[in-house]
Amino acid sequence: MSGHEFQSFFGESGEVDMSDTTTSIDEATMSELRDLAGRYPQPRSALLPMLHLVQSVDGRISPAGIEACAEVLGITTAQVSGVATFYTMYRRRPGGKHHVGVCTTALCAVMGGDALLERVSEKLGIGPDETTPDGTFSLERIECNAACDFAPVMMVNWEFMDNMTPQKAEQLLDDLAAGREVHSTRGATITSWREAERVLAGFPDGRADEGPSAGRASLLGKSIADANGWTAPKPEEQK
Amino acid sequence: MTDTLTPVLSANWGTEKSWTLEAYAATGGYQAVGTALKMTPAEVTDLVKESGLRGRGGAGFPTGMKWSFVPKDNPNPKYLVVNADESEPGTCKDMPLLLASPHTLVEGMIIASYAIDCHTAFVYIRGEVLHVIRRMQQAVQEAYDAGYLGTNILGSGYDLDIVVHAGAGAYICGEETALLDSLEGRRGQPRLRPPFPAVAGLYASPTVINNVESISSVPAIVKNGSAWFGSMGSEKSKGMTIYSLSGHVNRPGQFEAPLGITLRQLLQLSGGVRAGHELKFWTPGGSSTPILTAEHLDVPLDYEGMGGVGSMLGTKALQVFDETTSVVRTTLRWVEFYKHESCGKCTPCREGNWWLVQLLKKFEAGQAVEGDVDKLLDICDDIGGKSFCALADGAVACVTSAVRHFRSEFEAGYSTPAWELFPYGRSALFEVPEKTEVHA
Repeated sequence: MSGHEFQSFFGESGEVDMSDTTTSIDEATMSELRDLAGRYPQPRSALLPMLHLVQSVDGRISPAGIEACAEVLGITTAQVSGVATFYTMYRRRPGGKHHVGVCTTALCAVMGGDALLERVSEKLGIGPDETTPDGTFSLERIECNAACDFAPVMMVNWEFMDNMTPQKAEQLLDDLAAGREVHSTRGATITSWREAERVLAGFPDGRADEGPSAGRASLLGKSIADANGWTAPKPEEQK
Repeated sequence: MTDTLTPVLSANWGTEKSWTLEAYAATGGYQAVGTALKMTPAEVTDLVKESGLRGRGGAGFPTGMKWSFVPKDNPNPKYLVVNADESEPGTCKDMPLLLASPHTLVEGMIIASYAIDCHTAFVYIRGEVLHVIRRMQQAVQEAYDAGYLGTNILGSGYDLDIVVHAGAGAYICGEETALLDSLEGRRGQPRLRPPFPAVAGLYASPTVINNVESISSVPAIVKNGSAWFGSMGSEKSKGMTIYSLSGHVNRPGQFEAPLGITLRQLLQLSGGVRAGHELKFWTPGGSSTPILTAEHLDVPLDYEGMGGVGSMLGTKALQVFDETTSVVRTTLRWVEFYKHESCGKCTPCREGNWWLVQLLKKFEAGQAVEGDVDKLLDICDDIGGKSFCALADGAVACVTSAVRHFRSEFEAGYSTPAWELFPYGRSALFEVPEKTEVHA
């Protein structure tokens, strides 16, 4: 194994792009950042939600966003950057309107996830961690997203796209590109990655009532129990 | 004798708008809060202790005992933190629970918080599940509006606030001390213990951290009693739990059963391994639990049963792989996951997983050399038990168990690529182009 070329362990994760200083953060954003900081016993606990909000406003973790968080929390920009570069959901470069994830952790990979990623990548003309030139799509090779009974799984703006096939994936991308209405299999109407980030920051978008209560696989055990008349013991049967 | 399946947590998942307070209350929801608030906190803790409920997030620590470790004389505020960072490969039970019935968790959190004298509780949900977070945010708001949260809950004089907190993509934050650092707005890196979180957790204050399913089991225990709970399951593994079946089975899904059901029974319910194929290997509770084979089909899926065959119950995430699957390829993908998710704090884990990936790629490509299987095990030996948290141990467990059961398949990697031995297209659910070269 000796003689291999040096490769940084952190590969692409890199630092925040300080050369792009554009920002849309205004007084309204600052006030929302302060609101988030006020929701916790200690303000710094709000840093992760605050960075989600920065992304929803600036489309990435921007230098101005880092300064804004540092100012509101009274910590250094280095402390904020240190956190922003640790977590994979924080983007150091602008993402697409729609952020597409393809799961390639073992089970999804084996069941077709690898092939899905190849197909999606080919169709969009970009690799993982890249954004299409028109800014419509960014692509990520994601790790297990807790939907293994719906494998292979894709995500769009962190909404579930269950039981995917290459045909379904192509249709999904075509629909999103054309601006047609798309629904998550177990979620709401697809909006945009930035709108999703705003919800993650802690500002609900009123779409919780959209979508089903559960997918078919989630209900499988319950439906088999019903068909067989199986239930948990009745409490009165106990002493 | 209890029924084969015993839906309790999942009983209401299929009801109309099951995620709303109205639907939850219509099936008896929030009755347990009223019952618990009439008991003393110590009585609630004792009830949960008596029930025998053990942690459903992987470690299996008795829940009531964890609560009782919170020191009463510590002047700092006490905190409850619910771990909803479900990220262990194969694990997919907490997200459907929160999507379909977030109020079950809210109700459990109120009771647990009352028991440990906590007035601010948190639910830390992984960030990559937007709709789950929406449903949880709304459920908490509904609970405030209905007087189940806030001040003087149901006229009891007890106050509680719940904060819904989204993570930002880090498997390591499922580790409880890394979760606490993350919730404090820092990089999610594990802490050295002791002190344990029960004494010095969030903001160095006494903190209880429980899995979603553990806390969600509490309302049913308060409502039906500890004897009712103990009438399901086995002597040391009591109660019902959610098993998640995925992979090469005809009908994957969630099955709520008494602890101790076997994979053979679950496979029968799910229509078996996909037609024309047979079981090759499986995980009992996510990729961090050593893999098992067809010879373990009848071992009870409970804490003792899995421990007895050198594995762990873990998160009860049963990932099933049939004979078309390359063990080498699967192991590589799992270790790539651990390499990606290692927080970088401990050298054995940070560097060791990187080396494991390099070596496993050679096995996959048929370019490993004589002796590399032993080298693989040697590296594992340098990683396991030598890091702060269990991430490293999980990474090692999938490698060593794969070698233990399928050593010859690894040795085949001295000469033949895995995709020649096990053409990858055969494992997929749809037609895919066959792999002929090393992947990047």
